[in-house]
Amino acid sequence: MQAFIEQNLPNVFRTQAELIKSIWQTLEMTTISGLISAGFGIFFGVLLTVCKPEGISPNKLVYQLLDKLINVFRSIPFVILISLLMPLTRLITGTAIGTKGAIFPLIVGTVPFFSRQVNAALEEVDFGTVEAAQSMGFTTPQIIWSVYLREGLAGIVRGSTITIVNLISLTAMAGTVGGGGLGDYALRYGFQRRMYDATLVTVVILLLLVTVIQSLGNAVTRRLNHI
Amino acid sequence: MDNTHIKLIDVSKTFDANTAKQVRAVKNVSLSVNRGEIYGIIGFSGAGKSTLVRLINLLERPSSGQVLINGEDLTLLPKKELLKRRKRIGMIFQHFNLMQSRTVEGNITFPLRGQKLSKTEIANRIDSLLKLVGLEDKRDSYPSQLSGGQKQRVGIARALANDPDIILCDEATSALDPQTTGDILSLLKQLNRELNITIVLITHQMSVVKEMCDRVAVMDDGVIIEEDSLYNIFSNSKHEITRKFIDTASNIRAAIELLKTNPSLLGVKKGDIVARIDFNEKSTKEAVISQLSRKHGINISIIFGNVETVGGLPLGTLLVAFKGDEDPVKNAIEDIKSSDIHLEVLDSAGIY
Repeated sequence: MQAFIEQNLPNVFRTQAELIKSIWQTLEMTTISGLISAGFGIFFGVLLTVCKPEGISPNKLVYQLLDKLINVFRSIPFVILISLLMPLTRLITGTAIGTKGAIFPLIVGTVPFFSRQVNAALEEVDFGTVEAAQSMGFTTPQIIWSVYLREGLAGIVRGSTITIVNLISLTAMAGTVGGGGLGDYALRYGFQRRMYDATLVTVVILLLLVTVIQSLGNAVTRRLNHI
Repeated sequence: MDNTHIKLIDVSKTFDANTAKQVRAVKNVSLSVNRGEIYGIIGFSGAGKSTLVRLINLLERPSSGQVLINGEDLTLLPKKELLKRRKRIGMIFQHFNLMQSRTVEGNITFPLRGQKLSKTEIANRIDSLLKLVGLEDKRDSYPSQLSGGQKQRVGIARALANDPDIILCDEATSALDPQTTGDILSLLKQLNRELNITIVLITHQMSVVKEMCDRVAVMDDGVIIEEDSLYNIFSNSKHEITRKFIDTASNIRAAIELLKTNPSLLGVKKGDIVARIDFNEKSTKEAVISQLSRKHGINISIIFGNVETVGGLPLGTLLVAFKGDEDPVKNAIEDIKSSDIHLEVLDSAGIY
């Protein structure tokens, strides 16, 4: 195996320490920003669902503000968002570069997308079940927790899968600000030094990563659907 | 003791008030339902009956008016108290509204959440509820594995979980086939009888009203146009819409249709006067037709006849053709009209 790599992928072999570090950085960025985004995304997704005019707790101000903010942030390309956020990133994390500096823009780039995914999943929940819960005398928080999030769970998992895959491609872009990770690796070795085998291996690793996440997500969704 | 269980006083509901698309779904409705009664509200879709039934448990808050349950105005209660009252009002729905992610047991015990009941109490409750609706073997099934009728049984068990004394039925059988509809209606009747639960049901099916209700309100365009006992509605309705509904529950519409398209098949000739006669409890016992025929010297042929029992009392409908000279026929018709029998000339020109 080692001989095969040395023979056919010489550049990868020479930079293997760097490659392994990059994989860990990608996983680190994805996990940390993913977890934080999940919290905010579910929160905002729920707010969008219950605060809309026909929702169970209408609030025009919250809904309009959130709706517009999400649209604004979703329309900014991520590479530009990174440099736009730089001063703020520096303020929050102390640095705007490196893996640590990439996490804040990753969260800002992911939360609007995931909020929409959660919102879409919750809109799929049959309003009849919500109405039934209201007729049983449940409060709004109870309905959010035990009807919306429970009934919408399969949809949320599906949305999470899409979001994680999306997040991985964002981490590659974060490489441009020296965020490290697989994108950075492919850029520095594969692109700038014309080491084509480095690009190729990066693609294969990303492909594997995405496949694993997608199948995992599909399996969980299937289990939750009971159909 | 006052027997009134539910009382709506001058209740209105307007959606999107003060805007161009304002909809007045319910307009100044007052009604009262007695304890242990099965009260039906019938109307075509868009009549406002779905909104009306939701005003009873305040799923829709009335724009004006009072909603009294056991004499207590729900519209004045603070939110927390209102939620408590709602637990005592079960509701079942046209599309069942079960949670797909929970089993039959999970759905039925769902209303009991957050009530500090012990595990054994909940287990006992679910056992008796499953037995009551006849689904003991479906405890661990998911709704997607059940038939429509079984889903509605789960819906009913769920509505009963909190021991309500009122059940609201929102088109509860409209999505079911006739056989299953019958089963579900018998179950509801049984609950009404054995547990003395007051039932308010809304429907567009007159057959449901006919089988179930003690009293009926007919709703059109947000207004209750007629309200009476089941028998009086059937035997002595005053509104065109009510008659339309009643006809949907009998075969008379088909007979009238046939009369229009192919009168010769029914032996109706040009010059005959075709009329519809509705008999009530008293007049079904008299030999009205033959008396009339003898008295005026005319022939009356019966084209279509139907006698049924509504709310335990007989009710008859005849389609007849008067055959004879103009004057005696006219006299005969006047004769009937002056009695308490309802007669309606369907075609006085005699042209079919």
